[in-house]
Formats: sequence, C-alpha cells, structure tokens
Amino acid sequence: MSDEKTALLTRKDFTSDQEVRWCPGCGDYSILAQMQKALPGAGVAPHKYVFVSGIGCSSRFPYYMKTYGFHTIHGRAPTFATGIKVANPDLSVWIATGDGDGLSIGGNHLLHVLRRNLDVKILLFNNRIYGLTKGQYSPTSELGKKTRSSPLGSIDYPVHACCFAIAAEATFVARTIDTDTKHLASIIGRASQHAGAAFIEIFQNCVIFNDGAFDHVTEAAVRAERTVELVHGKPVVFGAARDKGVRQRDGRLEVVTLGGAITEDDLLVHREDDPDSGLAFQLARMEDPDFPVAMGVFRAVRKPTYDGMMEEQVRRAREAKGAETLDQILRSGECWVID
Amino acid sequence: MEKNETDQKTRTVPVEEVEQVVIRFAGDSGDGMQLTGSQFTHTAAVIGNDVSTLPDYPAEIRAPAGSLPGVSAFQVNFGSVDVQTPGDQPDVLVAMNPAALKVSVADLPRNARILLNTDAFGANNLRKAGYESNPLEDGSLAAFQVVKIPISTLNAQALKESELPKKQQERCKNFWALGLLYWLYDRPIEPTLDWIKRSFANKTAVGEANAIALRAGYAYGEVGEVFTTHYKVRKAPIEPGTYRKVSGNEALVLGCVASSILAKTPLLYASYPITPASDVLHGLARYKHLGVRTVQSEDEIAAMGIAIGAAFAGNLAVTGTSGPGLALKAEALGLGVITELPVVVFDIQRAGPSTGLPTKTEQSDLFLAMFGRSGDSPVAILAPQTPSDCFYTVIEAFRIAVKYMVPVVVLSDGYLGNGAEPWKLPDAKDLPPIEVRHPSDPKGFLPYMRDAVTLARPWALPGTPGFEHRIGGIEKGDKSGSVSYDAANHQLMSEHRARKIDAIAADIPPARPSGDASGELLVLSWGSTYGAVSQAVKRARAEGLSASHLHLRHLNPFPSNLGEVLKSFRAVLVPENNMGQLRFVIRSRFLVDAAGLNKVQGQPFKIAEVLEGIRNHFEVKR
Repeated sequence: MSDEKTALLTRKDFTSDQEVRWCPGCGDYSILAQMQKALPGAGVAPHKYVFVSGIGCSSRFPYYMKTYGFHTIHGRAPTFATGIKVANPDLSVWIATGDGDGLSIGGNHLLHVLRRNLDVKILLFNNRIYGLTKGQYSPTSELGKKTRSSPLGSIDYPVHACCFAIAAEATFVARTIDTDTKHLASIIGRASQHAGAAFIEIFQNCVIFNDGAFDHVTEAAVRAERTVELVHGKPVVFGAARDKGVRQRDGRLEVVTLGGAITEDDLLVHREDDPDSGLAFQLARMEDPDFPVAMGVFRAVRKPTYDGMMEEQVRRAREAKGAETLDQILRSGECWVID
Repeated sequence: MEKNETDQKTRTVPVEEVEQVVIRFAGDSGDGMQLTGSQFTHTAAVIGNDVSTLPDYPAEIRAPAGSLPGVSAFQVNFGSVDVQTPGDQPDVLVAMNPAALKVSVADLPRNARILLNTDAFGANNLRKAGYESNPLEDGSLAAFQVVKIPISTLNAQALKESELPKKQQERCKNFWALGLLYWLYDRPIEPTLDWIKRSFANKTAVGEANAIALRAGYAYGEVGEVFTTHYKVRKAPIEPGTYRKVSGNEALVLGCVASSILAKTPLLYASYPITPASDVLHGLARYKHLGVRTVQSEDEIAAMGIAIGAAFAGNLAVTGTSGPGLALKAEALGLGVITELPVVVFDIQRAGPSTGLPTKTEQSDLFLAMFGRSGDSPVAILAPQTPSDCFYTVIEAFRIAVKYMVPVVVLSDGYLGNGAEPWKLPDAKDLPPIEVRHPSDPKGFLPYMRDAVTLARPWALPGTPGFEHRIGGIEKGDKSGSVSYDAANHQLMSEHRARKIDAIAADIPPARPSGDASGELLVLSWGSTYGAVSQAVKRARAEGLSASHLHLRHLNPFPSNLGEVLKSFRAVLVPENNMGQLRFVIRSRFLVDAAGLNKVQGQPFKIAEVLEGIRNHFEVKR
C-alpha cells in the first residue's frame, strides 16, 4: 500500500484479522468502527500508522487495527509513542488509553506528552470504572461510588479528563461520546488533522461494570437539555428549544434562559483558538445538574511540536557543524601523540 | 627544613627519580579540587605517564563550607610503569582545609607528604572539622612529612594587581597549588595554561588570574626553598599512537556515537537525570549534528519506554541510569524482553539499596540486571573493565542487541564512569561492524518467525508497507505473534527467550585466565575491579603463589567454557564490590564452592586488599 493509493482505501484496509474480544454491547466497538471508517479518508496509508496502548479494555485497540501496533504496559503508552514518533516523525502515532490507564497509573506520562506537544493523537476511553480488573472505582468515578473496592462509597474526588489536558497545555482538547457516532467520527477527523498533541475524551459505556454511566446526560430524552455542543465562533446555546445558554459574569460561568432582556449577544462565544485556556477550562469543568456537559472541541491552537523542534535542532546542528567522520570525532578534544 | 646551599636565584634543586606517585587533592567542594586533579592528570598523560584517577566528591552540591561532608577529593596515580588503579595510598596529600586533612589522614602511609594550606587552619575551620586541638601543633601528624604553606596568603600576594574582587581572587588558590605540584613533579605548566586560555576565553580577567596563580605556585617551588628535592617521573612504556584522556562516561558517549556510525542507524538516548549517569546524557546531547536524538524524559520509566519505542521504530535505542532507576525500568524492560526488541540499558551503578550513596561506587546491581523482572525474563549483560573499555562495550552491546533482537544491560559504575585513563584511540576502520538487518520481502512475513542460528525475530519497521503487525506484552504465539494464551506455546516461547540469550555464548570469546590454565586458586572478577585484581594477582604470582586471574566481560551469557575453567582450579575467589552477587550466580550455575572477597564501602578495591585476600587463602590452606 503506497501513499499514492490512499484515495482508494476503505474500512477493510484498516481492519485486522484478529477476533475482537470486547464484551457484547461495549462502547469500544463503536469507537473502533468510527476509527476504521475515519482513517481511509485521512490520506495516510495504513503502514504509516502506529497505534500504541497501555493496559485495560481500551488498550486492546491496536490488535484490531490493520496498521502497526504496540500494546505496551500499564499507563506508559505515551512513553513508547514518544520513542516511536521521535525516531520516525513521518509516522502517524495514536494512543488508545482509558481513565485508569491514562489518568491513574499513567497520569504523569499523559501530563508530559501533552505539555511537550508531541504530534500524537490520544483517545481516552472514559467509562468511569476499572473494567478489566472487574469493577473498581477509577479516577473519574464520582464521589461516593459504590464498587467492589469501595463498598461504602468511594472517598476519592474525581478528575476531569479534559481539564487535566487543558491544564497540561494540550493544543487540541475535545470531548465526544461513543453513542453519537457522527460526532465521534467528526472529532476523530479533526484530531487526525491537528499538528500536535490531540486529546479526545470519549464517554464510553461499560455494559458490565458501569452500565448507563452517562445516561443521565446523554439519553435521547434529556440530551438536548443536559449537554451543549460547542461550536467555534458561535454563542454557547443549548436546550431542545435552543432557549438556554451559558454566559460569563464576574469571571464565572452561569446558565441563563434566552428571552426578554437576555439575547444570544449576552452569551459566551466559544473560541477554540483562544490563546488563553481559561475559558476552555471552565467549559470543560461544567457538570450536571448545574450546567450542561459540554461536547466538542474545547481548544485547538497551533504550537511547534516536540518532534518538529527535535528535527529542527538536528537540521540546524548539521548545518552548523557539518558531518564528522568517526576518526575526527574520536580525535576531537585534547589529544596527544606518543611516538 | 634543611637550607639549600645554592643561590636563591639560580637555585638548582636535586632531582630524584621515582617510578610512580599517588597524589590526592582534597579540599572543600567549592575549592575546585576536581578541576585541579583533572588538570594534573591531563598534563601527566600528555607528557607520557600512565595514569589512573579516582574522583571522590560529596552528594551535596555545596555542603556547609569547611565541614567533613563537604570535602571533595581527587586522587591520581601516575607513573613510568603500567598504572592500573588510582593507587592504594596517597604519597602526597594536598589538604586545602582541616576537614580535607581529617577525612584523608587515615588513608596515608607513614612518611607520606602532606601539603597544607595553613591559612585555612583557623579556629573556626578546626571546629567545623571536629578538631579539638590544632593538628599542626599537637604532634598528631608526627608520622608524616608536613609542609606548611600559607597558600591563600601567597595566592593573594600574587594577585595583588588583579582587578578581580578579593573573593574571586581567593578562588584561584587551587591553581596556585597546582602550580606548586607541577614544579615538585617537574611537569610543564603549558598544557594547563592552554586550557585556561580556551576555557576562560570570555572571562579573560578570571583566566589571567588563574594563570598568574599557577605561575606563582610554580615559582614558589622554584625559589621558595621549602623543598630540598623535586621529582621526576619518566614516561611510561606506552604503545605509540594518538591518545586522549577518557572517563568511563565519556567513553559510553563515544561508544554510542561510534555504534550509530558503524550501524549506519540513528541513535536515540532517553534518560532521566541521575548521579552518576547524567554525564552520558550531557555528552550525547552535543551530538545532534550526527543525528543523535536525546530525550530528557519525565522519569526513569518513561526513558525506558521511549528507548523501546525508538527501537521498535528502528533506531539504535539506549537509556542510561543508575541502580534506583534500573529498578523503576524493570517492568518496561520486561516488555523489551517479550517483544524481543534491541534496546540497550546503561546502569552506572552506585552504592545502594535505595538512594544509598549516590556518588560512591558499587557493583551491586548484577542481581537486578539478571533477575529483576517479573517472569522468566533473560537479558544479555555486559560489564566494561576500564574507563576506555566502556567504548568497546557499547559497540559489543549493540552488536548483540541487533543481531539477537534482545535487550542488553551494560553494568558500568561510578568508579569507571568518573575515573579516567589515557586511551589509545582506535582507527575507525579497525572497529567491528554492527550489522543491522530489516526484512524487505513481505511475502511470508510473520513477526515472530526466527533466524535458524540466532533465533532472532525480524526487525520490521513501522512505515514499511506490507509488514503491518502488532506486538505487545501479552504472550505471543510462536511465529504468528498473535496474542496466545495457549499453555504449550508459553512454554515454547519461554524456552525461545532463554535459548536466544544462551546462543550468544557461541559468539563471544572463550574464558582464558591470565596466569595458568589450572592450579590452586582462580581469582574471578568482573567490571571495574579489573585494575586492582589483575595487579594483585600479578603480585601474588611474584610471591610464588599459584593464583590466576579470570576477568569476565560477558555476564549473561557467560563464556561457554567458564564451567571448565572454574573446575580447573582447586579454589575460586570472587572479589566484588557487593555482598557476593557473582559468587552466588557462579555457585548456583556451576556448583563451584567459590569464596567471596567483598568490599562495600563506596570505594573501589585497593590492590593490597585483594592481595591480602589471596594471601589469606593460601595461609588458611597452610
């Protein structure tokens, strides 16, 4: 498969021969399907992709993609991805991780891969539970959650994945959900075009250990009222009747009802390219029931990438110093001759 | 001191010839002792002496001035003979303050010469060093030749016309002391003057002051009538060639650069700063123009992951650390084992466990390298024996890693890493090639198919059409590389991983003891103890003892004939800077009742200590 032929690629070209082993009804199937549908249109041949993962249900992802793949160890996928991308910047490197893998054991690496703006795409499957170890609370589980390891309710405050990514200075941060396949595909498409660290939080349903974790905001009946779709350059409006919006006052966000004195002009206008990440952080932190949960792209800014700057340093050093032979290298510095 | 009869101006001082001298420069960590020592070493090497050094510095950047923990020392052994160690006992101690004297005095032989900066022996400094009475007056130094010199005062006099502030002038006193030592041992000051000129090109006032101090110290020796003799140490019978001084860590850096060139493959070095390995990261960061990529990672685990990722993508990949870092890398290194990727790990060992003694040397990570991972997880292990040997060991590590598709751990240590020796530079054309192979025909490709001889799996690189495949930490099916939970397959793959490492034994030199092929005692050593052990065995043999020496470079696998060699001797003694790790492995592997000689004091062996261990064996026998 060569780059010239990418126009003819289909979903099949990205589907490996491995039997998919997620539980029936798992949200991961949807994510895999959207990925396999989205990539043929991205203009990159399968052999240029590397999918890297850690440990957890989500981390089986690479086995099912007919690309290069590396199923690594718990929490460390960003490190292997860094090595791959720095060694060969031509590759399109994707990381599949989960709320436990990415935010608990691997929180440190996630922070650093994002702040360095390495040109990798990160899919964080957030099901708010440990699935593969059979149902313990995770760093995104709600306070008080009763699980096998927290029979009296969890006493851990949860972390907001997108807030973490924004605080780490990620240059692309978005949220989507497994059940909204169109939205999911469009966000994957946006991320694939982003030059730099792209972070996608995907609300993903675990049918076995945390079924319906997002129903309270995403069920058809309530969805329009309890979520808001962010659109770049547009006011933040939501509600089945498009009658509500989010306004910023005294540095805080608040939900207002449109009508009377309040018009769309009073609402916050979302700018994903805002160099100040403060508003993106506030939007990412909106929680039910006080706020609608925001979906879409919080932040998309351009910044030189780690791998790009690395190549630039190598290029400039080559220009400045030129090539040296091994004999010259060994004999540089203070040498002397014994006759 | 006896008064010299000759006229002061044209004073000719008798010259006495000596074979070998050990000098220790000791002072406060702010006194510049490491610099002074390395300059003295460089000059000695340039004029043809053989040299070996031991820097010994505190873990703290600046421990309280004048305190015992703040003492920084640099020992150099130079001679007209084959010099293998930094010397057992200093013949000369240069002590810039009471703390430096106190820390070192126990190491001195009777009649050693002590050069003291008397200006630093005020009540305050004596108290900080814990002296209740002044050792210059209380007779406690009667066993030594004490030379009292007001170095600070003389240095200040020499610099009275300098524009530098007094405090900065005072900091030149190490060059004053160096100048005096150059006179005392009849060395030229030009190499150091050249160095000053280059190093202080942007700070000419400081450079000039250092040069003045250096000359003043030299002149003081010449005219000061303090010394009745000065000494000459002739050139050592050194092989002709071009030389440079190299520390073990510098040699690792050059070994990486050389490997990249020999393998025609870019090199990536990922590392988290840790003593005493950080200099490797610093060194390699300067070779970007040769395509070397260095990544300062967020932690030790990340460094291992980055290296393995880079190996997967086709780089010569290496990470470097010290013991605590190797412990953190264990899980990721296990992934390197199961994914069979060629990754190299440098462990510049230091005294442990835990943080231990970060700046002090030890050889106590052999167990960690050999056994410190979950499951049956064999890796190849190499150990360099001298600073310059670190260069060749890196090349050997990459040769093995890419040929057999295995991780390789290189066990250097703080003593090798920071110690330096003259190195006869090889010609690039004489270095062994590193053959890198990537499959080019996707027909029939399977990620875990194997080479019939080496058992290596193909190194197929992401980005190559037709070789798309997935690897990972779950057990792989034989040949297919697919996830496999099959019971018999796991047994087979475990055996493959073990046999791959074993196969290397056919590809390394057999063990050949120096001395006799059989006899009473075999002294078996590895790594940085080479110098002390080889010299001790030589001396034992000169005393008529039936002792031979075998030094191991390959620790996993061992040379294929090691068992036979061990059994050709009636007894085996294993000197190690640990509690007996190689001995443990040897006993279990070969059922040989090896005895240990174990020193864990953060310092390398002295020749005399090993010699005593050998003599004890023969005395006990008697």
